[in-house]
Amino acid sequence: MEVDRSNREGLKGWLNPGRYGWERVSYWLQRLTGVGLLAYFVGHIFETSSLTQGPDAWAAMLELTQTPTGHMILLLVIGMSTYHSANGVRLIFTHGGKGLGKPGRPDYPYDAVSLNYKQRSGIWIALILAATAMLYGASVLFGGE
Amino acid sequence: MMLRESQIMKIHYVTGIAAIFVVAVHIMMRLIMPFGMSLEYDNVIANYHNIPYVVLLESILVLIAIHGFNGLRVILLELRQSKSWEDGVTILTIAAMMAVVAYGTRTIIIANGLGFE
Amino acid sequence: MTEQVIEKIETMEKKREKEKHGKETIRSSIVLKIYRANKRAGEQAHYDTLEVPVQRWTTVLDALLHAKQYKDPSIGIRYSCRMASCGSCGMKINGIPRLACYTKVSELEGSTITIEPLANFPHIRDLVTDFTQFFTHHHDVKPFIQSEHADIKDKNKLSEFMQSLEDLDKFLQFSYCIKCGLCYSACPTVATDTKFPGPQALAQAYRYFIDNRDDAAKDRLNLVDDRHGIWRCHFAGSCSSVCPKGVDPALGIQLLRGHMLGYSKNEKKIADLQERLRKDKEEKQ
Repeated sequence: MEVDRSNREGLKGWLNPGRYGWERVSYWLQRLTGVGLLAYFVGHIFETSSLTQGPDAWAAMLELTQTPTGHMILLLVIGMSTYHSANGVRLIFTHGGKGLGKPGRPDYPYDAVSLNYKQRSGIWIALILAATAMLYGASVLFGGE
Repeated sequence: MMLRESQIMKIHYVTGIAAIFVVAVHIMMRLIMPFGMSLEYDNVIANYHNIPYVVLLESILVLIAIHGFNGLRVILLELRQSKSWEDGVTILTIAAMMAVVAYGTRTIIIANGLGFE
Repeated sequence: MTEQVIEKIETMEKKREKEKHGKETIRSSIVLKIYRANKRAGEQAHYDTLEVPVQRWTTVLDALLHAKQYKDPSIGIRYSCRMASCGSCGMKINGIPRLACYTKVSELEGSTITIEPLANFPHIRDLVTDFTQFFTHHHDVKPFIQSEHADIKDKNKLSEFMQSLEDLDKFLQFSYCIKCGLCYSACPTVATDTKFPGPQALAQAYRYFIDNRDDAAKDRLNLVDDRHGIWRCHFAGSCSSVCPKGVDPALGIQLLRGHMLGYSKNEKKIADLQERLRKDKEEKQ
């Protein structure tokens, strides 16, 4: 049976995270950071392979990457990896129902028990950790030895 | 050898958790001396001569490749649903995984055999 | 210490919610920007703007029906009970899936209300969408009690499952689902994945899985253990955020996944089946 996709939101459904609360934002950030980190990983494997061509090739690679722009990208990677890891740990718990509360008898205003502060605070902790890691990274990369 | 989706996702979670630890060590190795100095050719080569560190690098390679490319597979499977697309995505992500691991392992093996400047 | 902090935050948030509900915007009229389209008749999508009078308790459905009665009778709307019980009037109101009968005009901000059909459902006309795919996904999770023990053919037996209140509480909230489709419309995975069952079907899968009158738990887990099954849920929580009945489908899905991941034990004591009539017959003899 041909499935009618005509009114599906498509990628637009992913790209508008602000409508539904923190969990939707964290889903969107987890995807974005995941794809970003994968791209960095592949680039990193490629850049470190210049080691095999000797010290001159390595130095040329360092000239390309150890620049203010390169350091900004690295800073972004630090933030992305910290957020993705911390939120990932939170998701490993919540995906198994841990920290989401127990089913019961809903009553007005019918607030969802799973969208509670216990697991939501994990998102905020991940964001704070990412910001802290980026600050520390900036002090190392731009602070000078 | 077809894995069930539940088995694939369990691997995804385990590789994610394990990767946190090994990547944290990898990052800390850049901080045991001034950052710029840690990237000098001889210091980098010295890392590759350290067998426990080589094992760490190889495990990062495998864990991140599995976790990352499986994540990409999940995103691509959600974007489109047809037999050709799904089979293509599965084959390509496995191939990319193996290619990245192979290329990274090549770097590790060659660098391990290199002398200092 | 952490629990005290969490409790304090929750109390503050509840206070703010009360204040928010208290702050209703009182208007005498509102402008409705209604999505109109009838592709089968060749009518291209456009928005019609209609001004309708409102009172403090006017719902979006009231406003739409007033517009239909006095301004433009051709507006296509699906509705029925007008009391958030049937789930017919689901539509996107100011970008968020809501029940039109359950959304008061006074709780919406701005002088214009944008009303569109639910996203992720094939479009029929104006604000009406096709629920066939949605019901197919629901049907596919076998939403009925499967029990080899229950004999429903022999009417003389009249057996009864002895289910306790604790057993009931495990699935009761998920049985409150009115199949309005708001969760399906809000879900980011449903937005792109046509094979994904959606939050409603997966929550119903849990509802029957955890019901101790059902003994097909293993089959139910196998049904959702698929490339486009339960594993494509990423706990974005939008489904629970829009659910008007407090079903909390996200909770059901994560709890079901917990059973698949081994977080929760899969041992379920099937409810005792008591054969009432036979026992009464024996006593008479």
